[in-house]
Amino acid sequence: MESSIYKYILRHSRKEQVLILLATMLSMPLIYYSLEIPKLIINQAIGGDGIPASIQGVEVTQINYLLLLCCAYLLLTVVNGGIKYHLNVYRGVLSERMLRRMRYTLYSRVLRFPIPYFKRISQSEVVPIITAETEPLGGFISDAFALPAFQGGLLVTYLAFIFNQDIFLGFAATAIYPLQLYVIPKLQKKVNELSRRRVLTVRSLASRIGEAFAGNTEIRTLDTSKYERAEISSRLGSLFEIRKEIYQRKYFIKFLNNFLNQITPFFFYLVGGYFVIKGQLSLGALIAVLAAYKDLAGPWKELLKYYQIKEDVRVKYAQIISQFEPRSIIDERLIDSESVTNTPLQGALQVNGLTYEDDNGIKHIDGVSFEVPVSQHMAIVGPSGGGKDELARLIVGLVVPTRGQIKLNGANMAELPVALTSRHMSYAGQGAYLFNGSVLDNIYYGLKNQPHDAEQVDFDHDRREAKRTGNSLFDIRSQWINLEVAGVQSDTALEARAIDMLSVVELESDIYELGLRSKLTRNTNAALEEKLLYARQLLSSELVSFGLSHLVELFDYNEYNTNAPVADNLLFGVPRDSSTTIHELIRHPYVLDTLSHNGLLDELVQSGRKAAETMIELFSDLPPGHEFFNQFSFISSDELPQYKLLLGRIDVDGIGSITAEERDKFLSIALLLVPTQHRLGIIDDAIQQRLVHARHRLSDRMPSELRGLIALFNANHYSRASSVQDNILFGKLAFGQANAEERIGELIRSVIEEVGIYRDVMRLGLSYDVGIGGASIPVAQRQKLALARALIKDTDMVVIDDAISVLENDAQQRIMTNVRRLCSDRGLVWTLTQESLAENFNQVLTIEKGKLVERSTNIE
Amino acid sequence: MSMIEDVKVLRNVPLFSSLDDSKLKLLSFTGKWVKYQPGDNLCVEGEKGEDAFVILEGEVDVTVGGKHGPILVNNHGAGVMVGEIAIVCDVPRTATVTAKNDLVVLKITKEVFMQLIRGYPEVAIAVIRELALRVNDGVRIALRNETI
Repeated sequence: MESSIYKYILRHSRKEQVLILLATMLSMPLIYYSLEIPKLIINQAIGGDGIPASIQGVEVTQINYLLLLCCAYLLLTVVNGGIKYHLNVYRGVLSERMLRRMRYTLYSRVLRFPIPYFKRISQSEVVPIITAETEPLGGFISDAFALPAFQGGLLVTYLAFIFNQDIFLGFAATAIYPLQLYVIPKLQKKVNELSRRRVLTVRSLASRIGEAFAGNTEIRTLDTSKYERAEISSRLGSLFEIRKEIYQRKYFIKFLNNFLNQITPFFFYLVGGYFVIKGQLSLGALIAVLAAYKDLAGPWKELLKYYQIKEDVRVKYAQIISQFEPRSIIDERLIDSESVTNTPLQGALQVNGLTYEDDNGIKHIDGVSFEVPVSQHMAIVGPSGGGKDELARLIVGLVVPTRGQIKLNGANMAELPVALTSRHMSYAGQGAYLFNGSVLDNIYYGLKNQPHDAEQVDFDHDRREAKRTGNSLFDIRSQWINLEVAGVQSDTALEARAIDMLSVVELESDIYELGLRSKLTRNTNAALEEKLLYARQLLSSELVSFGLSHLVELFDYNEYNTNAPVADNLLFGVPRDSSTTIHELIRHPYVLDTLSHNGLLDELVQSGRKAAETMIELFSDLPPGHEFFNQFSFISSDELPQYKLLLGRIDVDGIGSITAEERDKFLSIALLLVPTQHRLGIIDDAIQQRLVHARHRLSDRMPSELRGLIALFNANHYSRASSVQDNILFGKLAFGQANAEERIGELIRSVIEEVGIYRDVMRLGLSYDVGIGGASIPVAQRQKLALARALIKDTDMVVIDDAISVLENDAQQRIMTNVRRLCSDRGLVWTLTQESLAENFNQVLTIEKGKLVERSTNIE
Repeated sequence: MSMIEDVKVLRNVPLFSSLDDSKLKLLSFTGKWVKYQPGDNLCVEGEKGEDAFVILEGEVDVTVGGKHGPILVNNHGAGVMVGEIAIVCDVPRTATVTAKNDLVVLKITKEVFMQLIRGYPEVAIAVIRELALRVNDGVRIALRNETI
């Protein structure tokens, strides 16, 4: 990047700066006349003094002249305002364009950082640099030349006037200037140093706050929040002190400047007075000079202000770019290259005297040489930290060798453009990152190298603006997914390949499960709902024909479902959306009213009480906070003593003595009871029958606003409030039946395949949002997904850097077998900590302490 | 079958004999009541084990794999606990347990069992005693085999 802000401004906005300068200059005479005309109006038009007899041969009366001048005044005001408006807008737009360019440049440079550099810089430092620190630079850019030129011009004009009056007075007026020009930069230097420190302190503050986010669990569990707050407090304190000193010094400069400005009249009075007394200068001239001097103060002040801002911005710019200029930043051409060939990779991977040292001079790879045909399967084994990971990263060109080289079919890796390397090799590393978006977005992420309909996009406004600011000319709305990178011809084939990759990494069934558990959204097609309803019918008939009816209790309007909670049984439905809970629905006055009609409400309260009694009996011996409370109890350990007291009171005073709130608590417990799960014998047949009656009564006259909140179980309707699986099942899995879940799961799968909606269910699972960094899915699934993302690319070589390390050994082994089968005609490099997993690879390299200690070849 | 009936059976399980009724109820409540059809496997030899089973109703056959097919080593009825070794010692299942007829068991997960041991020293002691007895049996059998 340009070394100074002025160079940056001149390089990218020379034309605009000249234009602003010209417009500013042009507006000066207009401003002058808009001040002059009022004087003419008063002195000439109104005062009647010196009205020209005629203008261009037209006779002029006083009224006409007044009218003419007033119109001219109006016109000037409009023109002046217009120029000012356009100039301001133009300056604003220029600032924003320059800001956009700068941010884009900085961001682009981030993407070109050498990978090891990312270890040394903190994300929370860099992000505010791009977003916040650049902001003040934008404002400065449009004033960079016009302001000093304008104010400087004024100053020179006034000075010329004074010198014109009397050369000595001129010297008197400028006598202090040398002092000011000497002292002020000296003082400013200290301020610059402070503002440099301020920037650094703010950045380290940001980075520390970022750490609090990353280490949130540690801070909570290790109870270090006091320590962390003290840390931040001390940083805020030093920031405050720096800021305070900046204020003191900055305003001292202002003060000094004002003071020195006030000193100058002293010379005028002395020198000018002397000349006037001596008769060498007229009194009028002295007064005129004094007036001119007063005018000098304005521009001078503006120039000083400009100077201070300029210094501040200069420091900030230097501070910004210093972070974005790591040594060995990747060459722009290697990143931006579009040359992508489809020629398959041949020959060998040659590694000659490869040495890699990190910035601290530690050798991770030390003089390693070998050569393998690119199509072979090679395992690199060794202890963690022994250099095998670095070797894998060197092979894919993520890090650059310190000495020696890696050649791919004769070409030096370090000189190959990224586009080419990535077409030849895919890579999955240990800490693979998932992007916020769906599972499918993540699988397809590596196919979005370049939009393939780039040429078709019109040269529209957005693109023009992007071009003007050196931004990306690619349109994010283009078709980015490149089928040929995945080696397929159509979207359908791509989807099939994505599902294949999921099965290679043993993620297919997980995604299928996610699909089953997801709910259809409003915009899914009605045809799918129809098919799912058909699947429901099919399942219920197959349950009978396979003799598995006892594993599922289907919903029946006239039967109590003993595997469902009381609440679900009562409403015979679930809340339509997640914003209301079923308990809130049951607390609706209409429901409570209906329940209390024939004493069912009281009975439920009694049931809740009985359940609470059992909980006390079972759990009161357990230490507070025992795991069982969370897992099994209806009452938390905190509430337990409270319930004990309450139950004791009821024993003495009777159930009639409890408050409405306490009744509510018991009701809540009763609503959770599932006869077959809890087996407390509380919700017996009699209550079950009464609950079914209540269900009928409730639904007969349910107010429409309540009905709108409930998705009723209806055998002939698809319910978007329930998951796909629940819709197919239309009932509850029976508790206490061995392997019910597996058997029914298999049956559902076969029904789904029979109806032909397996792809649809997979699609639902694939649309699951993985969260930021994949936080919504378990680590094992994250690693598998990242591996699938690498495998979907149809590359000549696949490099897997211990990418499924969190999985158990046998799962690793199975996936490895799958991947090796998939890559039977492609090259494969796999780094492993466990040597036992490396069996059967064509080549096994053992890397220890950065050196190649063993190499075994095993060609079948 | 409700909790009360479970408790009657659990009281006869040697491991739990020292527990009072409220603990047995806790065991019943935190355990999973599961029905098996004849022929269903409760656990399979060599697999990882996560649960222990208390037989409430019915019978199970305990078999181990032999050269010429499974060898029946034991047969248990109500009131017997099976499969606890695997969850205490973290070893694969030492035998296959199959339902002989309609079977009802109380499935106690590893987690609950461990929590129980942690929460109640008397259960821990009972487990130690049980294991010690088995070791003792094993040693005696081994010695007897050696002397033959």
